[in-house]
Amino acid sequence: MLHVVSGKGGTGKTTVAAALALALARDGRDVMLMEVEGRQGLAQLFDTPPLPYEERRLASAPGGGELWGLAVDPEEALLEYLELFYNLRRAGGVLRRMGAVEFVTTIAPGLRDVLLTGKAVELVRRRDKKHARPYDTIVLDAPPTGRITRFLNVNTEIAGVAKVGPIRNQADGVMAILRSDKTAVHLTTLLEEMPVQETADGVAELEDAALPVGGIVVNMTRPPLLESPGELTSITGAELERSLDQVGIAPTPGIVSALLAESGDHVARIALEKTERARIAELGRPVYDLPFLAGGIDLAALYELADMLHEQGMA
Amino acid sequence: MGRLPLDTDALLRDPATRIIVCCGSGGVGKTTTAAALGLRAADMGRRVCVLTIDPARRLAQAMGLNELDNTPRPVVGVQGDGALSAMMLDMKRTFDEVVESHSDPERAQAILDNPFYQALSSSFAGTQEYMAMEKLGQLRAEADRSETWDLIVVDTPPSRSALDFLDAPDRLGTFLDGRFIKILTAPARGAGRGLGKLLGAGLGLFSGVLTKILGAQLLGDLAAFVGAVDTMFGGFRERAEATYALLQDPGTSFVVVAAPERDALREASFFVDRLETDGMPLAGLVLNRVQEVRAPELTAEEASTAAHRLSGQDPRVAALLQLHADRLRNAERQGRLARRFTAAHPEVPVTEIYALAEDVHDLAGLRRVGDLLASP
Repeated sequence: MLHVVSGKGGTGKTTVAAALALALARDGRDVMLMEVEGRQGLAQLFDTPPLPYEERRLASAPGGGELWGLAVDPEEALLEYLELFYNLRRAGGVLRRMGAVEFVTTIAPGLRDVLLTGKAVELVRRRDKKHARPYDTIVLDAPPTGRITRFLNVNTEIAGVAKVGPIRNQADGVMAILRSDKTAVHLTTLLEEMPVQETADGVAELEDAALPVGGIVVNMTRPPLLESPGELTSITGAELERSLDQVGIAPTPGIVSALLAESGDHVARIALEKTERARIAELGRPVYDLPFLAGGIDLAALYELADMLHEQGMA
Repeated sequence: MGRLPLDTDALLRDPATRIIVCCGSGGVGKTTTAAALGLRAADMGRRVCVLTIDPARRLAQAMGLNELDNTPRPVVGVQGDGALSAMMLDMKRTFDEVVESHSDPERAQAILDNPFYQALSSSFAGTQEYMAMEKLGQLRAEADRSETWDLIVVDTPPSRSALDFLDAPDRLGTFLDGRFIKILTAPARGAGRGLGKLLGAGLGLFSGVLTKILGAQLLGDLAAFVGAVDTMFGGFRERAEATYALLQDPGTSFVVVAAPERDALREASFFVDRLETDGMPLAGLVLNRVQEVRAPELTAEEASTAAHRLSGQDPRVAALLQLHADRLRNAERQGRLARRFTAAHPEVPVTEIYALAEDVHDLAGLRRVGDLLASP
């Protein structure tokens, strides 16, 4: 199974991908978490030195599972691709001297995407000598929502350019996996207008491209402070002064007006979030919630988020 | 430890400021910042063109960008004598125009029809960076020629990394100078001579590799494409270099946009280092979506304690106090991150924009952002 996690920039897609991978690794499974954007996001998240292009153990999951990580380097992926499909690793040096590696990995980022999606599918297909899967599940921390369809669909572009030949065969094979029920593309969003709009656009684009949309993860949610937040607006200045006085806080005009203004902001935000949540519901996909964690994200927080995704049935 | 305030209005007012480039990682509000800077400058009397890459639909509509036609359109509603135009980049169209302007119609058509070109210009991610640079160069040339604009504000593409924008022209240069391109070009140039023959025995392996990997037909298309654009490459390269030089010009100012979050500030830090290395003029950092602090004299601890005591008898006021405590703690966390940035880059002026309750989708909203940008 391949879980692809995307989301608008700033919505925490790397965090969500890692939490999902940890949740999937429960009960003794081996899960590979793969990053492709060269940002060393996994190393930062798991507080390790920068990851080489090598499959490394990142963490253990409850029940004996293991979480593995891989930061894909496009240049290495190209050489590996050559070796895997053509037994041509030796040619790497020649290609590099010619500037061909530069060409493939940076000048034509579409070709880079071919290598990156190819690598993800290779991990999905991989079998060891006993024909067993080394990884039960692959989680891909993918490019942002604005680019995700183009990224996953790059192999159909290849099909338009290469009519026959080994590249075409590889491209068709990768697309077959990405379009199958072995793949799910999840989108991370916040309860804000632009990320939700981008999520809606992303779902439509993925559907148009016949790519399988999974769930929507609403990240950094903050629970309303009261069952019905509208109640906050009913507090009067006089009432507030009395209550503050009671607990020994001098109700200066500054403090009273600040608290009332903050309550106004909060009520407005809750109303906005309600609208955005309705728009998310209209997309008709499973929705999972993760809270905003004031302390920031560390390994302990990831386990906490993984538990929440598990409890909500995402993994 | 004080940090330098960014004097936004001085930057916008200074006639020597000709280009402002807004950069930063995705989701930090680059487009809104660019639009707000452009509108504020126009309200001050400047003639401004804002080049946006990927605006949110409602923001685009607010600025009158209902169509994607790759030309600056006037924005109605500027106060005073200034003027504002805005455009949305159409990367395929920009690429097509470059091809058309650099070759005769017949050759241009051959390139436009080439399958490899079509994939490169419309579908492959990354072309956007090159085309944003190209468009900036064009707009600047037009501004110099016709004096239509005296300030261009650019929003950079939502790249994997903010640095991609800077690296695009150089990569193009490396590629065009590389032997790879010469080899691909060879069959088209040396009619009748085989690739291996022309380049020597050692390269037989290379051409074999390419044919094997790419397939003869794709290689043919690619060679035909490279052959066809061969004559315009000189122009391409010069333009890329000229645009890069433009970015180093004292009339250019970079504004780095970041949210007060770890990842965004790390990216901003990389970018600031890079601008310094490359001798590119940095105006300052815009810290966007900062938690607004009200009545800090009521501390988070006091508010939390009081909320706890009131939770039974007065849940509404308890909720208010808890809200206040949460906001202060969030602001504190953001402040720590911002101070860390300033400790690493004490020379970089900073301005902050408070997180607004709603997204910006009209000129009034852009003016509000502009006011915040200008108040240090």
